[in-house]
Amino acid sequence: MTRRNIIALALSLGVGLALVARLAVAADMPGVTATEVKIGHTNPYSGNASAYGTIGKAIAAYFKKMNDEGGINGRKINFVTYDDGYSPPKTVEMVRRLIEQDEVAFLFNTLGTPTNSAIHKYMNQMKVPQLFVATGATKWGDPQNFPWTMGWQPTYQAEGHIYAQYVLKNVPNAKIGILYQNDDYGKDYVKGLKDGLGDAAKKLIVMEQTYETSDPTIDSQIVNLKNSGANVFYNVTIPKYAAQAIKKTAEIGWKPLHLLNNVSNSVGAVLKPAGLQNSKDIVSTFYLKDPTDPTWQNDAGYKDWLAFMKKYYPEGDLSDLGNVYGYTVAQGLVQVLKQCGNDLSRENVMKQAASIKGLSLPMLLPGVKVNTGPTDFYPIEQEQLAKFDGERWVLFGEIYDASKK
Amino acid sequence: MSGAGLRRAVVLAAVVVACVLPFVLSNFRLFQFTQVFIYAIALLGLNILTGFNGQISLGHGAFYAVGAYTTAIMIDKWNVPYGWTIPVAGLLCLVVGFLFGIPALRLEGLYLALATFALALAIPQILKYFEHWTGGSQGIVLSKPRAPFGLTLNPDQWLYFVTLGVLLVLFVLAANLLSRRTGRAIVAIRDNPIAAQAMGVNNALYKSLTFGVSAAYTGVAGALSAVAIAFVAPDTFNVFLSITFLVGIVIGGLASISGAVFGALFIQFVPNWAQDISKAAPWAIYGIFLITFMYAMPRGIAGSLRLVLGRLARLSGGTRRVA
Repeated sequence: MTRRNIIALALSLGVGLALVARLAVAADMPGVTATEVKIGHTNPYSGNASAYGTIGKAIAAYFKKMNDEGGINGRKINFVTYDDGYSPPKTVEMVRRLIEQDEVAFLFNTLGTPTNSAIHKYMNQMKVPQLFVATGATKWGDPQNFPWTMGWQPTYQAEGHIYAQYVLKNVPNAKIGILYQNDDYGKDYVKGLKDGLGDAAKKLIVMEQTYETSDPTIDSQIVNLKNSGANVFYNVTIPKYAAQAIKKTAEIGWKPLHLLNNVSNSVGAVLKPAGLQNSKDIVSTFYLKDPTDPTWQNDAGYKDWLAFMKKYYPEGDLSDLGNVYGYTVAQGLVQVLKQCGNDLSRENVMKQAASIKGLSLPMLLPGVKVNTGPTDFYPIEQEQLAKFDGERWVLFGEIYDASKK
Repeated sequence: MSGAGLRRAVVLAAVVVACVLPFVLSNFRLFQFTQVFIYAIALLGLNILTGFNGQISLGHGAFYAVGAYTTAIMIDKWNVPYGWTIPVAGLLCLVVGFLFGIPALRLEGLYLALATFALALAIPQILKYFEHWTGGSQGIVLSKPRAPFGLTLNPDQWLYFVTLGVLLVLFVLAANLLSRRTGRAIVAIRDNPIAAQAMGVNNALYKSLTFGVSAAYTGVAGALSAVAIAFVAPDTFNVFLSITFLVGIVIGGLASISGAVFGALFIQFVPNWAQDISKAAPWAIYGIFLITFMYAMPRGIAGSLRLVLGRLARLSGGTRRVA
């Protein structure tokens, strides 16, 4: 054999091998081996939004528990989580690292609205699932244009819907006054309410007031709302202004039905500073079991959560709802992986995530269920209302479903 | 080989390596190096102001934001090709920087630092305020450009070369500017403003102009970042970004052009390494890196390299004389 022939043979062999290898990879599932599935995640462990960091830690702890118990369908979860400091360019970099370098199977519960917006297009171009994102914006449930992205928690609009249903059913002659933050968060809430009220919206809403996050107070807006004759106050404000609003309504003796958005229903951060007495009879929504609520003291789901926290995340704060959130969303993913069986291809992960039917999870409020479908990328759309009794939130009434008109 | 010759050879070698990288590195690494080039342009801008002219700015993140948003809004609202938006962003920042430089004339040292710091604090809120243009806190989503003229480069390779090209042009311009009369005037104002004035330098004009040029560089970097990330949002341009820039120029080397590249490498890669070393306390590790660098190289990476190169040049000169 001449030397040229040997080279030619070697070359063709090499090309052939490369082709075979490529075919093998194509048939394979990225990030998945016989014993492991690799899942990517970003979270702000540092920076302004680092309070959310505990969610990532709770998720990691839960996957550790699953692995200790033998994994899912014989595969352990390799959870790769990076800090993005809530900065969109860092998120892009970290996510590209996860997908192109670490070769994860998919992304799960990446946190933040701007950060997820920055990778939204990329994920859908790469056709990698961006599953159960941790944000309340409404745009994550758009399977037609973004079939690889799915939300998780009730959206702001969904919550608005629920208040609308409550008002329509329980408040005859409602006159609604709205105070909302003048940005997409506030507008989402208002849109949800208006959609929920339907044709009645024009008639029922008597006044809309806005504020900017740079405003020192919202006192004048509250006075305007009172003077409009409203008997329902739809309060769409972040904690600082929510506390001001509660205080001011009490001060000027305005006693409407006070609907306070979920964003600001923390007892410690909002109601206490506003005055617990002033906060009496405010109505808000919940979908998770609050770990500080004595109602759940003997609840099996709560006890399991507590045992999990003590064993796998002992440094975690037992009063932080973020730890309940992380625990619950991780269980949601475990359900998806179980449904996938042995086919952990990206297509099947998305397909299974979009076919969850009536799933109850231990730390969701009784009756709240996870439901998805090929055209429904909003997993949790049910919430329950609670009234503040001067000391704590007391759940009442039925479970509301925002997907029902 | 003389010191200057050696330096020229090193720069040339670096450019050659930079041109080969896209064909050996993964797309993800290329994206990281594109970020390095973008940071390097921003750092050079800040270094012209702080290192060469002695005006401290803690607010260059704001000019970076103005550049990024100029590009994003022009592409998003008016469908302008991204290539045209970059010089516009630079020009706009030149004007904004010049105008900001005029009142800044009355402020020296730390007082100027505080005034610029206020700029950095204000910018995210200002961006949210003009929601109609800026998309509020949701930001603006763009598309990644593809390589034109049927070039067989993928978008990451193309962007890499675009940024590298802009970087080289801006670096050559800066080197020319700083090594001539203008540059000497800029440095003289830093070293002794009264003497500079006595020599006939118009301090006020030069200082405002330096501010403008500096802002223009940083604005161009911001514009490139908007194209590379394909997304802008107020959360990107927080105070921490401005401080990161300052860290970059000090670590890289004050009053040094090549220092901008070293500084950019530092601010791009060291936080990632810190995270790989310790998930629990990445910023503590980052702090250790920072202290170590400052302790080992008090004049920045570029300053230390200059020393080493100088010694090498003298050594090679010395041996020749012996032989």
